[in-house]
Amino acid sequence: MPDSTSLPSAPLLTVEQLVVEYPVSGRTLSAVADVSLTVGRGETLGLVGESGCGKSTLGRAVLQLRRPTAGKVVFDGADLTALDGEALRLMRRRLQLIFQDPIASLNPRRCIGDIVAEPLVISGITDRTERERRVRDVLSAVGLDPDVVWRRLPHEFSGGQCQRVCIARALILEPELVICDEPVSALDVSIRAQILNLLEEMKQRYGLTLLFIAHDLAVVKAVSDRIAVMYLGRLCEVGPTEAVFNRPAHPYTALLLEAIPVPDPTVMPATNIATGEPPSPLDPPSGCRFRTRCPRADRLCAEKVPILHATAGGQAVACHHPLTG
Amino acid sequence: MAVLELEGDTAAVSPVRQSGRRLGGLFVAALLWIVLIGLAAILANVLPIVSPTDMDFLGKRAPPSAAHLLGTDQLGRDMLSRLIYGARISLTVGLLSPVIGLVIGGALGMLAGYFGGRFEALTVGGVDVLLAFPPLVFALAVTAYLGQSALNITLVIGVLSIPAFTRVARAVTLSLAQREFVVAAQTLGATHMRILLRELLPNVALPLMAFFLLAVAVTIVVEGALSFLGLGVPPPAPSWGSMIGEGRESLDIAPWLAFLPAGFMFVTVLAFNVIGDTLRALTDPRPGAL
Amino acid sequence: MTRALLSLEDVSVELPTPRGTLRAVDNVDLSLMPGRTLGIVGESGCGKTMLSRAILQLLPKRAKLSGRVRFGGRDLAALPAESLRRLRGPELAVVFQDPMTSLNPVLTIGTQLIETLQAHLGMDGAAAARRSVDLLAAVGIPAPAQRLRQYPHQLSGGMRQRVAIAIALSCEPKLLVADEPTTALDVTVQAQILDLLAREQRRRQMAMILITHDLGVVAGRTDEVAVMYAGRIVERAPTAQLFARMRMPYTEALLAAIPKLDSPPHTALPAIAGRPPDPTRPLPGCSFSPRCRYADDHCRHAKPMLADPERSGGLYACWHPLTLPAAVGP
Repeated sequence: MPDSTSLPSAPLLTVEQLVVEYPVSGRTLSAVADVSLTVGRGETLGLVGESGCGKSTLGRAVLQLRRPTAGKVVFDGADLTALDGEALRLMRRRLQLIFQDPIASLNPRRCIGDIVAEPLVISGITDRTERERRVRDVLSAVGLDPDVVWRRLPHEFSGGQCQRVCIARALILEPELVICDEPVSALDVSIRAQILNLLEEMKQRYGLTLLFIAHDLAVVKAVSDRIAVMYLGRLCEVGPTEAVFNRPAHPYTALLLEAIPVPDPTVMPATNIATGEPPSPLDPPSGCRFRTRCPRADRLCAEKVPILHATAGGQAVACHHPLTG
Repeated sequence: MAVLELEGDTAAVSPVRQSGRRLGGLFVAALLWIVLIGLAAILANVLPIVSPTDMDFLGKRAPPSAAHLLGTDQLGRDMLSRLIYGARISLTVGLLSPVIGLVIGGALGMLAGYFGGRFEALTVGGVDVLLAFPPLVFALAVTAYLGQSALNITLVIGVLSIPAFTRVARAVTLSLAQREFVVAAQTLGATHMRILLRELLPNVALPLMAFFLLAVAVTIVVEGALSFLGLGVPPPAPSWGSMIGEGRESLDIAPWLAFLPAGFMFVTVLAFNVIGDTLRALTDPRPGAL
Repeated sequence: MTRALLSLEDVSVELPTPRGTLRAVDNVDLSLMPGRTLGIVGESGCGKTMLSRAILQLLPKRAKLSGRVRFGGRDLAALPAESLRRLRGPELAVVFQDPMTSLNPVLTIGTQLIETLQAHLGMDGAAAARRSVDLLAAVGIPAPAQRLRQYPHQLSGGMRQRVAIAIALSCEPKLLVADEPTTALDVTVQAQILDLLAREQRRRQMAMILITHDLGVVAGRTDEVAVMYAGRIVERAPTAQLFARMRMPYTEALLAAIPKLDSPPHTALPAIAGRPPDPTRPLPGCSFSPRCRYADDHCRHAKPMLADPERSGGLYACWHPLTLPAAVGP
């Protein structure tokens, strides 16, 4: 795997100062606040955070499924936020999304064969034999027997199988970037491992770049080259996976690592995990948004919003009192 | 790698529906009645029955006999024949009117639910206005200006049924439009038209069809009521509603003049309701329990 | 020897479905001593939820329960409805996965707590209100007095679950059944809730059954773990022993399939191929055999029974149990 601290080529995706806000009964919900990150060609960037941190919103904003309030999304040199209508539709083939709920992502009234062939039809491939060949190829690639699944409807399959169908549908046009939005959270443990392995395999086979969004740190660690940690709409820390896990710089990252239940009875679970719950994104704390739960918070944290800056360990952290560097 | 998971795993793929077991006897009976009355109405001209307008002054309000299987009405006309020709009117209006509602209301509702925003607000507002308009006044106005005929009745009831269809279509579309498979289609670059036709319509169609059958039932009653009030199909063409109206005067001496058409209407409406309900239950694509 | 608080003897649950009879729980034996915690681990469809319903006598109407569920010596299935109702609360309590469905959305938190106290402990309104505030504070809800007047939808998921726990604990039950209590919650909130449960359990000397799909959750917080697969218990042992010397290949595979924090990225996960069997078509042999690395013909034809041949206190149901490389053969 490439050493991702020095990206060999220009990044495939650059998000610049992205802001996503929307009105909720008279007030403004700040879902994503000034997030900038890059994803290099061929790498997997893991985006991790708990519910309400804005990671899913960020994923959709990158794809322009939800138009950002401000900021730019540059994909292979093209600014997606400036695209519209037909141009955007054409660009869509190169960026795909895999959803959290595999069964809800499939039209309950269409058979698997049609569902997977749909992207080809939309891009104007009219030759039926060609379509059939490509659908068969991709279905086999994800581990499903085309002859068995072609005519069946989604509700006849399990969650894991549906997720394979979703992956097949996302890959049939051979996109360059695939955003995986909690692709395994709704699946059982043993199926999770299958799907994660499948994603890695597909990444190798199709030369994909992945933006992997999840709340489970262990899952994200298993697949990512670099990790970005989000809290309440802002980035806390970004860096190579091993570095972030072994030497977390941001107190929130440390908190997340402590809270994960470890399947080893000799490891005592940490008690007295940081008190309280995340504040509401409708009314985020001033300055650093994590300060209400941070043991290191002081007056500076309430006054100034911390900016991402480099640490000695090679990560970027947004904290006035980081744990390292 | 877990290749070909479904190999030998066909047992784990659930069969689509156990339709046979859930179709009750009531459904079959309802279906039989509709088929029977429908065929009779279509083939009325070739059936060996008397003309519904032939009056037999000597045999007014006669009880059932060999010549007149269900008796005669107050003008000596054959009841059975009038009932069958009346079925024509009821079924024609009953089936065609809701089609107007289905097509126009369904389309409006789907578009409103999908696009939202100002279009939705306008549609909902417009439909509310139509709903608030007193239906009888509307019927009176149309018949006064355009005259009474089966066609006009069909139009009147059809237009009046648009709001209900719009609401159903919009509600179903709203519940679907946020579902991930629609977002997935957008991610793939599908045009709005494609999403509406290929993703949403197949899912909206079935609830709408079930509602359609219930609307047929209601329309038959409404047509009957309008004819009863004299606003429907003009005499001498028989309609179940006008037959009930005419039979009203003879309730004490020949009650079957009113009860027979009422009975036919009752059974037909019930049959459509049963079919509509059963279809709605059957076409839910989610399998039961596990 | 103290009597077991809860004991399940040969419990099975059958459900009629359009596709045939489904054996959701298949001949389960379990016992739980007062004050101890049992973890039940399994993936979806393994029958753990039906098992918890069987213990609580909350099975759906069409379900058929066979075997005996004894609580405090009494057979729960044989109890009249009124006696069973009186058991719930002071003796037997439950916390479900989704607090939004276990809390009544149209009643305030206070009403739900106070009603429980009044119904089961016969307290009067004022005493119940005071105790409710104490309970909410004990489960870590800030500003408890104000919360009494709030509705469930005004609280976050973690808060709602705390309220559900407060209601469950309000009558000082002897046994608390927690069915996936933290699955729907964020990882930091999950840790807090599990801590809370452990703390309250120690304080009240309460027995607890913790049902989950996450081996990590049971690792540090239970005395004993039972692993379920396809309706049966396939391995049961004291927690430390289970993790140190697991015998059932399924348990090993389950543990291996969890991505570990300390392994480097891009390590291929040893996934378990295939899927659990269709519960309406049970296999003649071991249910795990189609997916097991070590399975042979004997496994496919003969069903292994849960037993403890090594007399180590750990039971398993396997013809070819795992042995540690360094262990001497039996």
